[in-house]
Amino acid sequence: MRKVLMKGNEAIGAAAIEAGCKYFFGYPITPQSELPEYMARELPKIGGVFLQAESEIAAINMVYGAAGSGVRVMTSSSSPGMALKQEGISYMAGAELPCVIVNIMRGGPGLGGIQPSQTDYFQATRGGGNGDYRLVVLAPADVQELVDLIIEGFDIADQYRNPVMILGDGMIGQMMEPVEFKEPKKRDLPEKDWATTGTEGKRKPNIINSLYLAPEELEKHNIKLQAKYREIKEKEVKVQSYNIEDGDVVIAAYGTTSRIVKTAISQLEREGYKVGLIRPITLWPYPYEEFQKINDECKGILTVEMNNGQMIDDVKIAVEGKYPVYFYGRTGGMVPTPDEIVKKVKEIHGGEI
Amino acid sequence: MEERIMIAGFGGQGVMAIGQILTYAGMIEDKNVSWLPSYGPEMRGGTANCGVIISNEPVGSPVVVNSTSAIIMNKPSLDKFEKFVNKGGKLFVNSSLIEAKSERDDIDVYYIPANEIANELGNSRVANMVMLGAYLEATKAIGMKSIEEGFVKVFGEERAHLLPINKEALKKGGEFVREQKKFLETKSY
Repeated sequence: MRKVLMKGNEAIGAAAIEAGCKYFFGYPITPQSELPEYMARELPKIGGVFLQAESEIAAINMVYGAAGSGVRVMTSSSSPGMALKQEGISYMAGAELPCVIVNIMRGGPGLGGIQPSQTDYFQATRGGGNGDYRLVVLAPADVQELVDLIIEGFDIADQYRNPVMILGDGMIGQMMEPVEFKEPKKRDLPEKDWATTGTEGKRKPNIINSLYLAPEELEKHNIKLQAKYREIKEKEVKVQSYNIEDGDVVIAAYGTTSRIVKTAISQLEREGYKVGLIRPITLWPYPYEEFQKINDECKGILTVEMNNGQMIDDVKIAVEGKYPVYFYGRTGGMVPTPDEIVKKVKEIHGGEI
Repeated sequence: MEERIMIAGFGGQGVMAIGQILTYAGMIEDKNVSWLPSYGPEMRGGTANCGVIISNEPVGSPVVVNSTSAIIMNKPSLDKFEKFVNKGGKLFVNSSLIEAKSERDDIDVYYIPANEIANELGNSRVANMVMLGAYLEATKAIGMKSIEEGFVKVFGEERAHLLPINKEALKKGGEFVREQKKFLETKSY
């Protein structure tokens, strides 16, 4: 298929439809409103349903209902809206319902601002809702990867009966880049025999629920969930690395921030520095093992984020104290410049910090 | 080759549109491209800008800070973005709306009376295309055929009938630059 130029937010919608998603429930919020706008226009054309809910809380519970009937369904929001959805997300994780949830992050806390940020890393990877649950969290760095991960995200959700979150920021939502729609790698997807599709008098009713009042039963349910999370950790880690066998400094960054880091690395290489990059594509499961491949002489790991340091916790877990871990971040919608990152790397390289 | 272009002006001057046309055209020529708009609580008549990158290499940061070229449609944008043009870069100033001269002596500056030219062509709304034509002539970054294809992609087949006047605007912008180029070639940094 020929490449088309698409805005990130619209590309998400197109990719979801490509993946067979016919249902979208959401509530508008900048900087992701082009996505519900796109779905409002496109879903009725293919016999799907777009519904602007009365609130984010209503929207995520509509997703719960649709997912329970076995269809592919999506919702999206931006940071404060995503905060409102957390209860429903926890319920879906508990009831093992597949869906794709998109968070196009903006600055926080509270209502915050509308410019790009990565302040919801904790919320996405640690769970903003209650209970011992995990989301598969995918962090695309460009619009093509965004499309690929949306399409694959629906498969991952169905394979594991688990909500999948796409974590982007205002920049990737708003920017335009060329995309093509490709078939994802084929997965063996299980039959949705658990879905509430009507018994037609032929079987016992399926019940979708996250309430287990007997502690024995709830513990059993949790053990089952944990086994599933272990399998996801074994099979679904995605990461991109560059020059970590040789880099004097290795940078860890994800999403659009990793692109700014790449520009900084090119600049540093022109000046003769050797700098590596680890770019997690799955934020959960986190690519901890990749950090074991960093060369022994590396002077330190620099984590760059558009927040005050959240992924840095995972980087510290990953390096197990073997290297010093440094941080550079901008917040509030300020985007770090390559020059700022270059300066920080030089400080680490020169032993100034 | 890497072109990093800042395009800025008032909302309604078509700065987003020429950015998209340029991006589409770059994609048609198999370059790596990105288009990043400013977004925010903007109002009509407020400033708008977009950064376009056209490169042989994969695009790293899509944020255009240090630009190889800047297309500037109004005075507030000149004040904001003039200083970020790389040394030896190109600055295109819509002299119909901007009386001030650039303070930079280390870049090529082209003054194009885009609104006047557009009015002469009979449609004030093609002033942006005059500026784009000037940029294309001065940089030769993208072929005219790709730009025309990009125009139809951005505006849709239903507005393809507007292509002739837009082509004319591109041409006029180009002609204006050719005249100024003769003068600039005698200049050295």
